[in-house]
Amino acid sequence: MSEGNGNNPGNVTSRAHSPVPNEDLGKSGGTAKLKIFRGDSEGGQEVEYEVPLVEGMVVLDAVLAIQAEQAGDLAVRWNCKAAHCGSCSAEINGRPKLLCKTRVEEYDGEEIHVHPMRAFPVIKDLVSDVSWNYEVSKAIKPFQSSEQAPFTMYEEDVERLYEPKKCIECFMCQDVCHVLRTHHKHPEFAGPRFFVRNQWLEMHPMDEADRLKDLKEDNGLGFCNITKCCTEVCPVDIKITDNSIIPLKERVADEYYDPAKWLMRKIRGG
Amino acid sequence: MQRDGHANGHREQYETREHDVLIIGAGGAGLRAAVAATEKGLSVGIVTKSLLGKAHTVMAEGGIAASVGNVDPDDSWRQHFMDTLKSGKFLNNWQMAEIFTKEAPDRVYELEQWGALFNRTPEGKISQRPFGGHTYRRLCHVGDRTGLELIRTMQEKVLATDSEIYMETTVTKLLKKGDRVVGAVGYTRESGKFIHFKAKAVIMATGGWGRIFKVTSNSWEGTGDGVVLGYDAGAELVDMEMMQFHPTGMVWPPGVRGLLVTEGVRGEGGLLRNSEGARYMENYDKEKMELSTRDVVARANYTEVQEGRGSEHGGVYLDITHLGYEGIMKKLPTMYEQFKNLADIDISREPMEVFPTVHYTMGGIKVDPETCATNVPGLYAAGEVAGGLHGANRLGGNSLSDLLVFGRRAGEGAAAFVGESVHSVDIEGDAVRTEIGRVLEPLEKGGEGESPYLMQQELQEAMMEHANLMRDGDSLKEGLGKILALKDRLPNVRVGGSRLFNPGWHTAQDIRYLIQISEIILRTALERKERRGAQWRLDFDGPDEELGRINFIVTKNGQGETGIERREIPPMPEHLSSLFEEEKAKA
Repeated sequence: MSEGNGNNPGNVTSRAHSPVPNEDLGKSGGTAKLKIFRGDSEGGQEVEYEVPLVEGMVVLDAVLAIQAEQAGDLAVRWNCKAAHCGSCSAEINGRPKLLCKTRVEEYDGEEIHVHPMRAFPVIKDLVSDVSWNYEVSKAIKPFQSSEQAPFTMYEEDVERLYEPKKCIECFMCQDVCHVLRTHHKHPEFAGPRFFVRNQWLEMHPMDEADRLKDLKEDNGLGFCNITKCCTEVCPVDIKITDNSIIPLKERVADEYYDPAKWLMRKIRGG
Repeated sequence: MQRDGHANGHREQYETREHDVLIIGAGGAGLRAAVAATEKGLSVGIVTKSLLGKAHTVMAEGGIAASVGNVDPDDSWRQHFMDTLKSGKFLNNWQMAEIFTKEAPDRVYELEQWGALFNRTPEGKISQRPFGGHTYRRLCHVGDRTGLELIRTMQEKVLATDSEIYMETTVTKLLKKGDRVVGAVGYTRESGKFIHFKAKAVIMATGGWGRIFKVTSNSWEGTGDGVVLGYDAGAELVDMEMMQFHPTGMVWPPGVRGLLVTEGVRGEGGLLRNSEGARYMENYDKEKMELSTRDVVARANYTEVQEGRGSEHGGVYLDITHLGYEGIMKKLPTMYEQFKNLADIDISREPMEVFPTVHYTMGGIKVDPETCATNVPGLYAAGEVAGGLHGANRLGGNSLSDLLVFGRRAGEGAAAFVGESVHSVDIEGDAVRTEIGRVLEPLEKGGEGESPYLMQQELQEAMMEHANLMRDGDSLKEGLGKILALKDRLPNVRVGGSRLFNPGWHTAQDIRYLIQISEIILRTALERKERRGAQWRLDFDGPDEELGRINFIVTKNGQGETGIERREIPPMPEHLSSLFEEEKAKA
């Protein structure tokens, strides 16, 4: 037990009062104005708030400052505040954004309108009901392998899986996808998030389950007409359309529209 | 649905849900417990304050420690055990540490079996990286988002069971019948509607309480609900004075202060320098340098700033530029994005500014190492909310394996208890309705009152000032005075708005936990009159040999006050103590 050797705090002899970060640090003297949707499933309207501008401020900082000082019941989801958890998804000026990753200064000179995600029912203020996504997730066949871990897999076998595995489930791709947002195909269409999940499952070298039939019949992969809106909003830069959806479409096409395979299925009664 | 009578003047409908096992918390420990309990064929309910998959586990970056020996074949559970105890300054529960280090490899393989993907070695095995205080390269990882991989894997595993998940639901009280815990009262945050959960066993997996400090890596959820719910129900707490300050949190801009910068940066060769350009770690731990244990590095960073060798915004410099852009994007992509997006810093070209941030709570509910049972029948605890494994300082990477090893054991322990139980989980009297009345008070009492947000800020500032990583008796006493004054003001909290997803009302619940935990931490920190691990008393010179054999056990006494007992740590059995003796003989 060598305690205290070499890590003595030296000449810190003052009392153990620790520096509390100075609240005024970084305040520019300016203010940020936000128009935030206040309401619930019955309806609502924008309310304007003003908060002191702080250097590097993100929209979530402003919303939380409003909550602490002006509107205690303002509902917003957040957790990590570092764009790792995907909780604080909402819409800023009509575009899906992570509030914790969006700097106020990006909107210099523009009004900032903050609304909940539109593709899901609103619960209150900036919080929408995303529970449908978990139902979709539950219906996907989980990873399945008869091999016993630890697996032998090489970097080159799994490299392409790291990208879909980055997904933080912010559901902004679901929000922006017109199949859901405009056409409300929720019961028939799994949405980009779950094509991303299906992609890594299907491409995992050890996975043995077959999801192509589900993708075609239950997950509505065919509804996607590859407009790439999902890719544009992904906060972790997953090329959803190119690297998840299109390869899955190709696999489904190979399986179901390849004449030889079609014939085999007829013969086998599949 | 039950309809009411009247209690406390309160007329209230509430729903009743029954499960064999109720799990509170859906991070790694809670989810692993759910898998274990459902495998035994039990009905499981999981309550989480957030959406599924957002628990703080998701923020773990660097990796999961397990001695699989893929890159350093000499590694073994024995070496992992020794590293864990040395880092914990031997306050650890050695039985937990033995179970933990022996089982961690199986839990990692199990993750892989369930679809988790780790970076690979050239031989096609799970890759491992070095981390502070680990003798060998031991952290299985995937870039710097290992926690995301763990929680997503567990989440998908649990979704495939028939566990019922109560998302965005808060538990406010454990219900007891005689000595036993037989359920809980909670409410759905979305609607404000109350639920009476009936259960033969309850597993606490609520995580830590970093939110008692202003500068913390923890999300709003880290308010220590579970430790106070357990304490109120009679559970023993252990090592509550031990809070981990992670050496490297972000410092600038102000909105991100405290945000975690993974230890993986130092694991990948990141260098710490002060404003004079000196690699000052050589003055604190010449042998391990940047990869010393977190308590040592945190104090070093703090001291450099305190002594006037800090960076522009009051931190020290952490430099990973030697990896270059390509290397960083492969090993630490999340850090690259975090600094680029939030601080306009390109870490492949310039150093980061970092300062210690409150990160983890070593202490917590005292549990039986085999089953994770607490001293209260029917109550179990696992993960960060439980205490004992990490002693006075946790090693990086040990938390993720802790979640899985003891999450599983808690699930199995609770399942065995349920299997042997025939008791009724009905409760008599008005306990549910009384609790509902209490929880609604800040909303319904009306009149002028105090803001829970401002009270929380006041508490966080007091803890920053008085219970930080350097402590002294006078300051701790002053802090305790402030916290007790806040406790007196607690009944004055009022919130506006409705019950519908009302964060003000939710914060009014949290503040009670924060105050109670802060009081316990200050009181135990006053008792531990020495320097050991995370507890560093400036008014004492060094470690105290006698205190090195003592854990402080906290319970709520008959008067409802905090009772502190000194409990001897039992001596290690020969097969464990001999490990240290052999090492000494070799040296």
